[in-house]
Amino acid sequence: MKRVATAVASRLVIIIPYLWLLVFFLVPFLIVFKISLSGTVIAMPPYTPVFSFADGVSGFFANLARLSIDNYLWLVEDALYVNAYISSIVIAAVSTAITMLVGFPIAYGMARAPAALRPTLLMLVILPFWTSFLIRVYAWIGILKPEGLLNQFLLWLGVIDEPLIILNTHTAIFIGIVYSYLPFMVLPLYASLEKMDYSLIEAAQDLGCPPIAAFWKITFPLAIPGVVAGCLLVFIPAVGEFVIPDLLGGSRTLMIGKTLWSEFFNNRDWPVSSAVAVVLLLILVVPIMYFQQVQARAQEQDR
Amino acid sequence: MSRSIALLAATSFAAILSFGAAAQERIVNVYNWSDYIDESILEEFTKETGIKVVYDVFDSNEILETKLLAGGTGYDVVVPTGTFLARQIQAGVFQKLDKSKLPNLSNMWDMIAERTQKYDPENAYSINYMWGTTGIGYNVKKVQDALGIERIDSWDVVFKPEIISKLAECGVHMLDAPAEMVPAALKYLGLEPTSTDADDLAKAEELLLSIRPSIRKFHSSEYINALANGDICMAIGWSGDIFQARDRAAEADQGVAVDYAIPKEGAQMWFDQMAIPADAKNGEEAHEFLNYIMRPDVVAKASNYVYYANGNKASQELLEEDVIGDPAVYPDAETLANLYTTMPYDSKEQRRITRLWTRVVTGQ
Repeated sequence: MKRVATAVASRLVIIIPYLWLLVFFLVPFLIVFKISLSGTVIAMPPYTPVFSFADGVSGFFANLARLSIDNYLWLVEDALYVNAYISSIVIAAVSTAITMLVGFPIAYGMARAPAALRPTLLMLVILPFWTSFLIRVYAWIGILKPEGLLNQFLLWLGVIDEPLIILNTHTAIFIGIVYSYLPFMVLPLYASLEKMDYSLIEAAQDLGCPPIAAFWKITFPLAIPGVVAGCLLVFIPAVGEFVIPDLLGGSRTLMIGKTLWSEFFNNRDWPVSSAVAVVLLLILVVPIMYFQQVQARAQEQDR
Repeated sequence: MSRSIALLAATSFAAILSFGAAAQERIVNVYNWSDYIDESILEEFTKETGIKVVYDVFDSNEILETKLLAGGTGYDVVVPTGTFLARQIQAGVFQKLDKSKLPNLSNMWDMIAERTQKYDPENAYSINYMWGTTGIGYNVKKVQDALGIERIDSWDVVFKPEIISKLAECGVHMLDAPAEMVPAALKYLGLEPTSTDADDLAKAEELLLSIRPSIRKFHSSEYINALANGDICMAIGWSGDIFQARDRAAEADQGVAVDYAIPKEGAQMWFDQMAIPADAKNGEEAHEFLNYIMRPDVVAKASNYVYYANGNKASQELLEEDVIGDPAVYPDAETLANLYTTMPYDSKEQRRITRLWTRVVTGQ
């Protein structure tokens, strides 16, 4: 009897994350998907009704018959959308790589710091979250602008003769993304590096392995779960990023977040913007699921 | 036992009482543009009528429109711009005003009322709050240094590549709003500003592309700060925003002087209209609020504060000299004759204009 109860309890525990997924991911996704199959009208809400039992059974089927994939075809017809997807992915990938290069030494340093100091260092990584994200991105305008702090400092040092134009360029976007998402990279890296058994490195050194080779043969492979988690946590939100390119980027920066915004707000075309969002989701989810499967299989083989 | 029942009864009675009081408290939920009213007006309205004002602000027509089209905003008074209002009326967003509750309508300015009829036939759904123009804001000193002119009075500084390129280095911002910039380009070319003819639009696109290299940023609000701080030397923007930049620059006293020009070739005139959503819960209170805003002394106070012209004729004698006497706020008859108004694009035209604009802005 008791065993049955624990079985039921463990089932219930599993149900909670699935319920979470259903309510906060699947249902909103289905609503967006539904809108992506309709067309625009001047009404409230501004798209043709999709599923409605208000007009009876025949009305329901009439609405169903009006659904179309035209909005998805439209995305292929104009090169704008494909270019925006590609440029978003490139910007996100470059930013993720830089974040990784900056974040790894930080996480490594934290993991190797004296145990008494680690909670403080961890606190310092989380500290920026206490100020609003928007305010922090705005602050970068003040730092990067031609008369800003960075240029004044470099001019004072005599490194440059005239102000560098950084604001409103791709460089500014990279700086903004790396800065904003750095904690998301450092925290999982730190978690996996901290667990590492450093006697392994000592053993390698005893056996005559030079430090750099020891890093690539031992530290890095053991940190891979943290690397993967960190990269996904940075890459996924960076692809759909809207605020950073809007504030720091130039007008020439084409990103899917901005394209989606102008479809939704300027064109008032909820169906096309929904289609853009669905495709974005597919672009992100499919590789991630594939990647996870590969990883799970690799882990099973290890055992 | 009996005591706890008594307690229960007492608390529920109190709850009913307080609920009754809450139901009686009169409120009006107003959704207006940011920095667009003297807040003491709201306090005085509450003092006079006992109606509490819940005041909330937005900074783009697109955001307002999306909320309105989704429905159930909870707002009782909203302030869309004329072109947006016209389409929203068509979508069934607003309720017709009960003019018997708006005796102050007699104060309104017929010159403005005639023009707003274009968006709201017979002004059945809305009253005018403020109106203004889309023109050129500039840093007086930087423009003088770069171009050697005292003041700007023509679109030439924007649409002549050889002139605007001299301002490129000190920075030019342009509204990220095709519905403002495409008509301005058409008007400069001597074409109909409202044209959606493919050839006309191609010419406007060519003109905009020719000056594109000199534009640092397309954005619809950042230029206020950028002008005020002296980060840029010219912005194509909305009159009131540029006056705000002018005032902030003057307050900061860092030697930045900002001025605004309505170009002589003509500029777009726009109207911010107050309207009541169809699903407003406090329609009665909303009408009282609208009527209060149309009182000459109230709207004069608002105009004196925000430096925008209003659509209220009777308020004009109460305006301060630097508002009514400023031709950039209240243009003279000659300039007024040159101002044009536009109508909302239908969804096909809108898509073409947005696409054109994306090509101009991103080069894609």
